[in-house]
Amino acid sequence: MSLLSLRGVAKHFGSRSKDGTVVKAVDGVDLDIARGETVGIVGESGCGKSTLARLALRLLEPSAGEITFDGADITHAGTGQLKPVRRRMQAVFQDPLASLNSRMTIAQILAEPFSAHGLKPEGGVAARARALLEDVGLGGVDTSRRPRQFSGGQLQRIAIARALAVEPEIIVADEPTSALDPSIQAQIANLFLQIRRERGIALLIISHDLDVIGHLSDRIVVMYLGQVVEEAKAADLLSTPLHPYAQALLAAAPTLKARRAKAGRGQILAGDPPNPADAPPGCRFHPRCPLASDRCRTEPPALRTLGDRRVACHFAPDETIARGRAVGRARLGLDAA
Amino acid sequence: MMLEVKGLTVSFRGRDGDLTAVDGIDFAVEEGETFVIIGESGSGKSLTGMSVVGLTPEGAIVDGSIRFAGREVVGQPDRVMRKVRGREIGIVYQDPLGALNPVHRIGDQIAEAMTTHGIASGKEAVTRAVDLLRAVRIPDPERVARYYPHEISGGMRQRAVFAMALACRPKLLIADEPTTALDVTIKAQVLDLMRELQDEFSLTVLLITHDMGVVAEVADRILVMYAGAVAEVGPADLLMDRPAHPYTSVLLASAMVSEAEPQSELQVVPGGTPALGQMPDGCRFHPRCPRATDLCRRDEPKLREIGGAQVACHHPLTEIAEEPA
Repeated sequence: MSLLSLRGVAKHFGSRSKDGTVVKAVDGVDLDIARGETVGIVGESGCGKSTLARLALRLLEPSAGEITFDGADITHAGTGQLKPVRRRMQAVFQDPLASLNSRMTIAQILAEPFSAHGLKPEGGVAARARALLEDVGLGGVDTSRRPRQFSGGQLQRIAIARALAVEPEIIVADEPTSALDPSIQAQIANLFLQIRRERGIALLIISHDLDVIGHLSDRIVVMYLGQVVEEAKAADLLSTPLHPYAQALLAAAPTLKARRAKAGRGQILAGDPPNPADAPPGCRFHPRCPLASDRCRTEPPALRTLGDRRVACHFAPDETIARGRAVGRARLGLDAA
Repeated sequence: MMLEVKGLTVSFRGRDGDLTAVDGIDFAVEEGETFVIIGESGSGKSLTGMSVVGLTPEGAIVDGSIRFAGREVVGQPDRVMRKVRGREIGIVYQDPLGALNPVHRIGDQIAEAMTTHGIASGKEAVTRAVDLLRAVRIPDPERVARYYPHEISGGMRQRAVFAMALACRPKLLIADEPTTALDVTIKAQVLDLMRELQDEFSLTVLLITHDMGVVAEVADRILVMYAGAVAEVGPADLLMDRPAHPYTSVLLASAMVSEAEPQSELQVVPGGTPALGQMPDGCRFHPRCPRATDLCRRDEPKLREIGGAQVACHHPLTEIAEEPA
């Protein structure tokens, strides 16, 4: 059974404009995360990935669909019912300075989850906080200092320590490395790998950075305009993306070797990411898709199961697999796309 | 030489003495090349770029020499620099929305850049603005010229900023993190556009970034900055294939996550860039460096020629590689 499960989940935001447009930020997403599994969600701005993270955490209430945590329906659960779930499901956000209370000391920040959930750790809160800091590579920091006195990388470690304090079963991390310098990103990626190895915590990682997602995840979900367009094991998605959008995303982010050899990028995706308030009819990707036909302009493709992956494209896999293999190889600089 | 920088220092008055953000760096940018300064936050890369156009923040003390097309820039009054900026040196920033005036139409803003510098005026400036929008591959440029910045997408806005930067046909283009705020598929479009514009407009490009991927795609030569000083400078191919400075190799490794074994531990160095006023003695990188010795803790390494690059390191990686096994 999945630890966290989303079925047909949608979040629609009403627009304040006169025409009354509804923004379908997330529009019918199924997602399952098993215990101990790392799932990555990747997509560009406006694809709904951050809204999906907030729905999974139940910081937002879905407009439709169902969310279950460890078998219990939490779709419309209130504050009281969510409290025990919150302990088991923690969050890490992109900007640690914004997510940590700047007036609290680090000791206070790390004590808060214990008091919030009425927990009394063995050996006392202060000792536990120290041990947590040690675990995230910050042993020996002065816990009487406040967030502003730490670097971005240190703050993200503190945010992770705070998430670990209540021994959650899953951590939802929304762009956890995006605001950090490259040399610090790798440190935080290693920390997530270590957490998973040592504690078996499930991770839902949301990022626009295919490199980070590709490195950390067991499974990758690609989103476009509020919907899942492809879902596959990380290795399969990276070597043979089947959806034309997943192919475009991979082709736009070749490895360094391929970039240098100028071999990685085949065709560059034309056009802009569309506006979620004005989603095209039929397949939402059709205006940018090199394969688009009349059918794509009218009939939205279902997310079909193909073996152990799912793809929402009328042409997958027969007419996309060759291109998928070529993109996978070109991304690694093996040959030109 | 398009740009010649010697002993450039940028410092700020602090309570306990001056804080030096850029510490006496030297480099030269040749005509027609793409010269990339790469570094992380606190490296001083943006201050270096902004010194060239006299746009350092309030309170910054700029010292040393910057010669642009043979003329000294450091110490010039703002009224002189204003004629250079936009006219001879085009600038593209990270945030296209910040670079455009929200209450003026795109076309008018580009036309104004020409009017201000006396390049063109009236109808001619407007026509040329549309031509420039076409040159940066904006579809339906006549229509887009009449739009306000918020009416077009982020990728389109960055194209419009390129059009504005190129309005007066500058010789040098300074691009400070031009693709950082953009989505990956749009990033690819903008980098391609920049390469094409460089040929069409015979531009010299000084690009500032933290992204080794950008470097890999466009750089002819790279300058790696760390904590206000030059770690390594040399041809892009050489630095990317055989980095000599351990910090260059760290930056490369962090851009090669996709080449690592999935879910394997990534090669990292501990800690982060030192804060201003907390610069370590000796080599600035020594507290994070796996190769550091007593020499590194004591003496700051000078830039020296190692296998075709200039490297500031007592124990460069390439010398070791050349030793017989």
